[in-house]
Amino acid sequence: MSTQILWFATRGAGVVSLLLFTAVVGLGVMASVRWQARHWPRFLTAEVHRSIALLSVVFLALHVVTAVIDPFTSLGWISALVPFASSYRPLWLGLGVVSLDLLLAVVATSLLRARIGPRAWRAIHWTAYASWPIALAHGIGTGSDASAPWMLGVDAACLGIVATAVAWRLLAGRRSADLPAVVASLGRGTFEKPGALR
Amino acid sequence: MAEILRLDPIRCDGHGMCAELLPELIALDDWGYPIITRGPIPDRLLDHARRAVDVCPVLALRLRHTSTTHGAAAVPTPAGAGGR
Ligand code: SF4
Repeated sequence: MSTQILWFATRGAGVVSLLLFTAVVGLGVMASVRWQARHWPRFLTAEVHRSIALLSVVFLALHVVTAVIDPFTSLGWISALVPFASSYRPLWLGLGVVSLDLLLAVVATSLLRARIGPRAWRAIHWTAYASWPIALAHGIGTGSDASAPWMLGVDAACLGIVATAVAWRLLAGRRSADLPAVVASLGRGTFEKPGALR
Repeated sequence: MAEILRLDPIRCDGHGMCAELLPELIALDDWGYPIITRGPIPDRLLDHARRAVDVCPVLALRLRHTSTTHGAAAVPTPAGAGGR
């Protein structure tokens, strides 16, 4: 019986993780394109992004830990942390592990951001865009509910949200972060703000 | 020991979120870059200042300890002081 509870926890936490990480990606894009509205200042996007990210790590931990300690799976910690080390469905499980490892890097660098500096933090943060689709593939490939209609609906909704967010980011980037704009902002940094030199 | 806000004007790219969180001490100039009130941060604003520092996506804003108010007065004016 307890084995079943662990299994249900693994499945449930996996789905919740997908939903939460989808929200995190969406909010991250909203922060990076600097979206704001009358009653939604930008700091709110940044702070909700961070809070939900930490919450989703909790659910991801639950997903992984319950899967590992479930005696029925006999996965072991190695296969939970080393990609493709599992003998059970090595590919699909391995994708989950790859996604997890990328995410651990993103979280660790975010927590240590003040120490490692914004450049390294940003570079690692980009891998979040890789982590998300890999996690989705993991869920579609090996999820116990993968072929259930409701789960397909969840997958489709999440995919739609992230695809929209990425498109938004690409379009916004083209307008504001193309080369002339970058050069212009560099110029602004040095020429229009001489206060530090005065 | 007092704390002051320190802006790195090269890093700052005018996200302006610090000003949203700490309007008491941070104003924005015409280009969206922060103008920070000089001097030690009043105790009642310290938590807000920490939150403003945390939210800056490029770590351009920092809290710094200063042992005397004299040290705080020596902070260079950030971001062009809003003129021109
Ligand atoms: S200090 Fe940071 S949050 Fe404030 S305007 Fe500059 S980049 Fe934005």
